[in-house]
Amino acid sequence: MKYSAWQLFRQALGGHRGWTEAWRKAEPKAGYDVIIVGGGGHGLATAYYLARNHGITNVAVLERGWIGGGNVGRNTTIVRSNYMIGGNTPFYEWSMKLWEGLSHELNFNVMFSQRGQVILGHSADQMQAHLRRANTMRAHGIEAEILDRRAVQRELPYLDYSQRARFPIHGAIVQRRAGTARHDAVAWGYARAADRLGVDIIENCEVQDFAFEGGRITGVETSRGTIRADRVGLAVAGHSSQVAQRAGIELPIESHVLQAFVTEPIKPLVDHVVAFGAEHFYISQSDKGGLVFGGDLDGYNSYAQRGNLPIVERVAEIALALAPCFSRLRLLRHWGGVMDMTMDGSPIIDRTPVEGLYFNGGWCYGGFKATPASGWTFAHTIANEAPHALNACYALDRFRQGHQIDEAGTGPVPNHH
Amino acid sequence: MLRIRCPFCGDRDHAEFSYGGDASVERPPLDHDSREDWYRYVFVRANPKGRHREYWQHVHGCRSWLVVERDTGSHAILGVESAAGSLEPARDG
Repeated sequence: MKYSAWQLFRQALGGHRGWTEAWRKAEPKAGYDVIIVGGGGHGLATAYYLARNHGITNVAVLERGWIGGGNVGRNTTIVRSNYMIGGNTPFYEWSMKLWEGLSHELNFNVMFSQRGQVILGHSADQMQAHLRRANTMRAHGIEAEILDRRAVQRELPYLDYSQRARFPIHGAIVQRRAGTARHDAVAWGYARAADRLGVDIIENCEVQDFAFEGGRITGVETSRGTIRADRVGLAVAGHSSQVAQRAGIELPIESHVLQAFVTEPIKPLVDHVVAFGAEHFYISQSDKGGLVFGGDLDGYNSYAQRGNLPIVERVAEIALALAPCFSRLRLLRHWGGVMDMTMDGSPIIDRTPVEGLYFNGGWCYGGFKATPASGWTFAHTIANEAPHALNACYALDRFRQGHQIDEAGTGPVPNHH
Repeated sequence: MLRIRCPFCGDRDHAEFSYGGDASVERPPLDHDSREDWYRYVFVRANPKGRHREYWQHVHGCRSWLVVERDTGSHAILGVESAAGSLEPARDG
């Protein structure tokens, strides 16, 4: 069923009883051309682009839980393309271009809101670094704007501009096209669009092992039986190491927990996505009015999907250093998600040493914004058995070759990215 | 809050400690010339879901390096010892 104003009108006349399910509850078939392990945003986008761009429609997406129940529903929904290191800049900009047309492309409103992302600068030196970033972006045809302190104050009057501010605001770099999207809508939209092209989306189906023949992958063993496929793509986020280990692949990855927070809803206050320049902190306001924000990793290996109080305290302190007016807001909830942190802070989209097995992971905590381009390039990699120009640098063996993409410049220490 | 029983200072909040990563990786000798072994030492991690031996430094206490065995699925701490015993003294390269 195509969603449209006419359809809404028609369904309204019928008391909204005629809406059909967004995607079929598919039963697993005996075999597929391609199996995607992981029904998060990246896995679903991959299946969608396999069908749309490469005509491969005999595809199954196997999801252990339910669609929208993993990290695609746990992030802080920020979309931007202001990266500076070679490889990252064009990849994330292509993702941004896909975001800009995504609701029409999927016939599903992903509520992409280009409200702009503001990264504050707190010293003259940091403003120089921001200027360098802006120039790098402009050289790639990406719009970037530098604001001075007065302009920041005009646009974001609620921050601390007093003499007491711990980190005085000198200015900011702004990407106006950046913003937020409704995260579960992205999962649902890709699931529905992939399903309409013939992809089977199979929920409650955990992949437990792989089947090989002469070193080549021939299928997967799941909680719902064996499913054959010559090509299997992994997109399992925080559990990348666990799943890849089943295929005998070691990864340059550690799993860490990242917390996110939302306050009680308030009237519109934070109009942009705002990043603090002096500490790791980012905030935006959801359409329901809650302030959504996050900070650093807890810092130790974890699969527990729950964080610890020192980070809660630290993030709250940072929030108040930035905007003392947040001080009386009550925290509505906070949660933890498991991030697969690579050794250089950049993702991996590549073939693997096992023939027929492909890997997409290591998104650290920047995976949400990459969803469309990740699916686009992973589908290309699987369909052509070779990477797309945009993900050629996200090779699995770049660490062995010394071609790390270390945007933060912190070295092979996963909890520092 | 994790509570780590430092062998020198007693039970302390983990906020007093700094995390040092996987303690099971072994640094090759400085004159070791296998690129593969150095690659594995610097980049590859087992990343287990379950028991994990890891370094923590008691930076806001006695400053000792410790080896903590902890469950990465439950955060339960299973054992703590001084890292001094497990480390070879540095050799001149």
